[in-house]
Amino acid sequence: MPEIKVTPLGAGQDVGRSCILVSIGGKNIMLDCGMHMGYNDERRFPDFSYIADGSLTEHLDCVIISHFHLDHCGALPFMTEMVGYSGPIYMTYPTKAIAPILLEDMRKVAVERKGESSTSFFTSQMVKECMKKVTAVNLHQTVQVDSEIEIKAYYAGHVLGAAMFHVRVGDQSVVYTGDYNMTPDRHLGAAWIDKCCPDLLITESTYATTIRDSKRCRERDILKKVHECVERGGKVLIPVFALGRAQELCILLESYWERTNLKVPVYFSLGLTEKANNYYKMFITWTNQKIKKTFVERNMFEFKHIKPFDKSYMENPGPMVVFASPGMLHAGLSLNIFKRWAPDEKNMLIMPGYCVVGTVGHKVLNGAKKVEFENPRTVVDVRMAVEYMSFSAHADAKGIMQLIQYCQPKNVMLVHGDAEKMVFLKSKIQQELSLDCFNPANGETCTIVTKPTIAADVSLSLLKRDLQPVAEIGDLRVKRRKLMHGVLIVKGNKVRVLDSDAACAELGVTRHEIRFTSTVTLEDPGPVSRTIDKLHTHLQKRLGITQHLGDGPINIGSVLLQVSGSDQEDLKEAIVSWTYQDDALGSYILNSIKNIDR
Amino acid sequence: MKFYALSGHPNKPCSVLRFKQCTIMLDCGLDETTMLNFLPLPLVPSRRLASLPTWTPKEQPQVEGELRECAGKVFIDSPPEFCPPQTSLIDFSEVDAILVSNYTSMLALPFIVAERGFRGTVYATEPTLHIGRLCMDELLYHMEQTPRAQHAQHWKRLLHLLPAPLCHAYKPKLWRQLYSADAIADAVRRVHTVGYGEKMDVFGALRVMPSSSGYCLGSANWTISSEYEKIVYVNGSSTLTTHPKQLEQAQLRGARVLILNGLTQVPSYNPDDMIGAFCAKVAHTLKGGGNVLVPCCPSGIVYDLIECLAPYLDQQSLSQVPLFFVSPVAEHSLAYSNILAEWLSHNKQVRVYLPEEPFPHGQLVAGGRLRPYKNLQADGFSAEFRQPCVVFAGHPSLRFGDTVHFMELWGGNAANAVIFTSPDFPYLECLAPYQPLAMNYYFTPIDTSLYFSQANKLIRDLKPQALLTPAQYASPVQRSECQLEADCPVLTYRRGDVLTLPVRRAHQRLQLSAELSERLSPVPVGPGVAAATVTGLLHVQDNRHRLDVAPTPASEAASLQELTEARPRYHTYGAVHVPELLQRLTQHDINDAKVEEGPNGVIVHLQEEDTLIQIDASSTHIICGGDETLRCKLRDTLLHCLNKF
Repeated sequence: MPEIKVTPLGAGQDVGRSCILVSIGGKNIMLDCGMHMGYNDERRFPDFSYIADGSLTEHLDCVIISHFHLDHCGALPFMTEMVGYSGPIYMTYPTKAIAPILLEDMRKVAVERKGESSTSFFTSQMVKECMKKVTAVNLHQTVQVDSEIEIKAYYAGHVLGAAMFHVRVGDQSVVYTGDYNMTPDRHLGAAWIDKCCPDLLITESTYATTIRDSKRCRERDILKKVHECVERGGKVLIPVFALGRAQELCILLESYWERTNLKVPVYFSLGLTEKANNYYKMFITWTNQKIKKTFVERNMFEFKHIKPFDKSYMENPGPMVVFASPGMLHAGLSLNIFKRWAPDEKNMLIMPGYCVVGTVGHKVLNGAKKVEFENPRTVVDVRMAVEYMSFSAHADAKGIMQLIQYCQPKNVMLVHGDAEKMVFLKSKIQQELSLDCFNPANGETCTIVTKPTIAADVSLSLLKRDLQPVAEIGDLRVKRRKLMHGVLIVKGNKVRVLDSDAACAELGVTRHEIRFTSTVTLEDPGPVSRTIDKLHTHLQKRLGITQHLGDGPINIGSVLLQVSGSDQEDLKEAIVSWTYQDDALGSYILNSIKNIDR
Repeated sequence: MKFYALSGHPNKPCSVLRFKQCTIMLDCGLDETTMLNFLPLPLVPSRRLASLPTWTPKEQPQVEGELRECAGKVFIDSPPEFCPPQTSLIDFSEVDAILVSNYTSMLALPFIVAERGFRGTVYATEPTLHIGRLCMDELLYHMEQTPRAQHAQHWKRLLHLLPAPLCHAYKPKLWRQLYSADAIADAVRRVHTVGYGEKMDVFGALRVMPSSSGYCLGSANWTISSEYEKIVYVNGSSTLTTHPKQLEQAQLRGARVLILNGLTQVPSYNPDDMIGAFCAKVAHTLKGGGNVLVPCCPSGIVYDLIECLAPYLDQQSLSQVPLFFVSPVAEHSLAYSNILAEWLSHNKQVRVYLPEEPFPHGQLVAGGRLRPYKNLQADGFSAEFRQPCVVFAGHPSLRFGDTVHFMELWGGNAANAVIFTSPDFPYLECLAPYQPLAMNYYFTPIDTSLYFSQANKLIRDLKPQALLTPAQYASPVQRSECQLEADCPVLTYRRGDVLTLPVRRAHQRLQLSAELSERLSPVPVGPGVAAATVTGLLHVQDNRHRLDVAPTPASEAASLQELTEARPRYHTYGAVHVPELLQRLTQHDINDAKVEEGPNGVIVHLQEEDTLIQIDASSTHIICGGDETLRCKLRDTLLHCLNKF
C-alpha cells in the first residue's frame, strides 16, 4: 500500500517553529523552515540532523515556504548556508521580497542587541545567498519541481503573499495550509482553495477552540479601549510585526482617527514602516479587491495620522498610541517601551496576536505582574492594563472546518496549535466530518495509507460500446447499466483497457473458447413447434424477450435454445448451448426450462 | 477537430476551435485598419477639414456629403468604423471559452460578448484584463469626445463606383461603430483572470493553460490539451528581452498542431535600431526648436520609449524638455505597470526586491519630467504646456483622440515632427488626410514580435506535428525572409475558412476506483506484459470517466439485466493440456474418461456421465445432460487446465 509519511520537526502540537517533513511518492519535501522566537539557543532552529546524516540536498527534493513570518521562514538561511542545502526552494513573490527584510532585522536584533557571537548565527551575506536560491511562484501557477512533483499555491489571506500549497506526486497529494484566515479583512482577502481532494490536509490550528465573535465587534472593542485609555491621558503600546497585522491595524486606527477627529498622536516605529508600505504598494495585486480598485486615486498604505516614531518620544508626556515591533515583546523597541511604560497603571498594552511560550508577551498575557530581565538584571512591575485582542489572521475552529469542507481531503493533520486544543478540534473533525485526523508531536512520524487508483487509456470504440444504454442481443433487447467489460493490459508504465478481441491480438495469444451444450428431456406431447412456442412464452415471461417467429432456435447473445424430437413423440429434447462468456445467462435459462413440463 | 477562421488579420486574430464537444475561441482581435478610410475627428472644429471638397460618384446624389477628397484621396466623413470578427461561421452561444493571448488581441471582445446568447467564460491574465480594459476605455473616450449625429451609410452600397483603396474594402456592410461603455463592462465581467502556468479545466474535457509569450505585460501563449492531444496556440511572441517576462517554450513543445499567428508586421526593421533611431530623431527635432508628436497606445512600447528617451535627452542636454503623456488612462497605465512585478522580465523584477519601482516612470513623474494628463483640458495642462516638448498621445491612427489636435496644431511648421512607432498602421495612410504637410514625419516602427527567422527556429525547437498559419505567412510570392518553413505539414487559413485539423481521437482516460484497482491482480502474459479481466460500472461526470466496482445483485432472483451483463472473471487462452485435465478429473472421481482422436483435436468421453468434451487447439465444447453440478465441476476443472487472465 502506498503511504504518505509526515514528521513535524516543529509545529507538532506547538506553535512557534513550523517545519514539517513529508515523504510522498518517494519524494521528501520540507514545508516551512521556521525558527522559534522563545529560545536563544540551538532549540530555536529545527533539528536538521534528523533529516539525514549526510547532505540535505541529496535527501530533500524541495522546500516550500508558506509566508514571511519568521516562525515559518526564520531558519532558512541557517539551513541553506550553514547546514548546507542547495536544492529548490519555493515561495510566493511577496514572500520572496519581504522575507529577507525580516530575516535581516531579526539577525540584527540577535547579533547586535543580544550580543550573540556571529559564528553561531547567519550573516547578512548568507541571507542574500539564501534568497538567490528561491524560486518565486504565483498563485494557482502549476509548478513542475521535477518530472514527478507538482506544486500549486492558493491564497491564504494571513499576511501579504501568504499561501497554501498543494503538492502532488503521482496520484498522491497533500495540501499544507501554512497560516490562513477565512474572513477577509481591511487589506487582505479570505483564504480560498478549490475542491482538490488531497489525500492529506495539513492545517494550522492556532485557534482550534476559539470561535471568534464577529470581526466588527472585535474592531469596536479595540477602538473603544484605545480611545478610553488616551482620553484619560494614558499611553497605548501595540506590539506588532512590521508587516502584516500592523498594516491592518494602521488602516483601522487611521480611519477611526479620521472619523472621530482625535488629535492624540499615533506613531509607528520607523525603520521598516516606509519600506513595508512600499512593498504593499508594489504587491497591491495581492491585497483585496477594494484596495486594488482604488489604489491609483488613493493609496491605502499612505497614512495621514500615523507618524514615524522616534525613541525620544518614549519619554514625552501626554497620551499617545505607538505601534512598535516586534510583536511578541521578545526584543527590540517594543520591549524597551514596555519596560518604560509598564509600571504606570494609566497605560495600556494591547497584544493583537499570539505569543510564543517563553516570550515576555506570553508571560504578561498569562497575568505575570513582575517580569525579570537579565543583562542588566532588573525586575519590571507590570501595572499597565494588558488586553489581548484575538486579532491575528488565523482561521478559527469554524474557519478550519470550512476549509476542510472546501478542499475535501481524505485525511486531516493538525499542526501549529496547542496540544490540548488540538484534541478538541480533532474529535470535532472525526465526529462531524468522519475523517481520520492526526496530530503528531515534534519528531513523531505519522503514516497515512493512501488507496491507489489506476489511470488507464481506454479505446473510444470500447467506451462507446459499453456506454450504450440498450443492448440488442439476439432476440433480446435489454436496458444496460453502463457496465464495462474488458481487459486491463499493463506494459511498462502504460496501462490500457481493451475489448477482449483487441486484448488477445495485442497480447499475441489465441483465445480459447469454451462452449457448453446441455440437453434436457421434456415430456411435452404434440408438435415440436408447440414446444418451442411454449419455451418462448416461458422466456418471454421470465426475461421479456421479443416476439419469435418460426421454429428456428431461440437466440439470446451466444445462448441458443432449440428443440429436437418428432411431433409424434411425447418426449422432446431441449438443447441449450452457450459460451463461457454468457455462463450466467445460459445456466439460468437451462435451469428455468427444466421444469417447464410440470 | 475543426478550426474556424473568423479574422483574416494575422496580428488581430480571432478563430474558433471545436474539439471534444467544446467550442473554444482563440483571441478576439479587432481589425482597426478600416479606420484609415475615414476622415479625422478633430477635438475643435477644423476649418481645413470642413473645407475639403466633397466627392460624389456620377449620378449618385444620395452619397452627397458622405465622402470628401484630400490630396487626391477620398475619405468617408463619418466616425470611424471597425471590422469585427466574422459572425456567420459559428453560433456564438455555443462558445464555451475564449482564450485571450494579449491585450492587443482582445479589442473585439465587447462585440462578441454582446452577441445573442453568449455565455462563455473569457480567460485572460490579470495585466491583459487591466490593460485591455484601459485600451477599450481610451478608444471609447476618444470617440465620445467627438460625437457626430450622422453616420455615413450610403457609400457602402456603391462600393464599385468608388476609387481605390475604398472600392477594395472588405465587406464594409459588416463594419460596426464602436461599442458602448455598458458593452465594455459586460465583456470585462466575463473575464476570469488566470496566471501563467495555471491550468483551467473546460468541462473536464480539456485543460487550457497560458504561458508567458514575452511580447507585452501579461501576454500569453496557450496550450489546449486533453490527456492525449495537445494544441498550442502562439500569438504575438517575442524572444527579445524588453520589459515583459520572457517567452517560455517548455510547455509549447510536441503539439499535434501549432497555430502560429502574430509575427512581426515590419520584418525589415530591427526594434533595437529603431529605438535608437527614435531617440535620435526626437533629439534632432528638439534641437531644431521643433515639437515631437509620438502617436501611441496607452501601454506597451510607450514604457520602453519613455525609459530610453529620458536618459538619452539628458545626455543630449535636453533635460529641460518636458515629456507629456496625454491619455484618459495615462495615470492608470503608469501606475499599473509598476504593480505587476510578477509579469516583468527578470531585470525589472529584481528591482522590487530592493524595493524600488520596476519602471523609472514613477520617478520621472515625481520629478516632474514626465507629465501624465487625462486630456488637453485637464487641470494644469495649459499652465504646464510649453514648447518645445514631446507629446505621447493616442490614437496612433491619427483619426481621433488628442493626436488629431496636435497634427492640426503642429502640421504646418517644418520644425515639428511626428514619429510613428506603431507597426499596426501604414504611416503614409495615417498622414493622408493631413496632406499637404509641412512637418517632418519619421517611421521607426518597434515591433518586438517574432521575425520569420525567429519563428522558423521556434518551429524547429517546438517540433509540432502540423503547423497552422494565416495564408499570408505561407504565400510563395513572399520574399524569402518573410516565409515560414517547417518540417511538418503546413496548413493555412484565410478569413471565413473552416478547416478539419489532423487530430483524431482514439483514447479516453479512464480512472479505475481504488476499490476496483485493489481487486485486480494482473497476470503476466509474455515478457513485461500483464493482463487482467476487468468488469466495472462506468461513471461519466463532467466528461471524466471513472470505473467502479459493479454492485453485486441484492437478491438471488437475478434480474434480466444482471444476467445479460454478467461476465466471467477470466479470459482463457492457449490450448488445453489434456493429460492434466484427465488427471484433475480423477481428483473429482471421474475415472472413466476415454480419449479419442477427433477431427481437429481430441474427444474426451465420460461414459458414466454421458458427456463429451471436444477439445481443439482454440476451443473446448462440453456436451452434457442437464446436470448443472456436473457441468460446473467440469467447467472449473477445465479452467484449471487453461491459461487465463
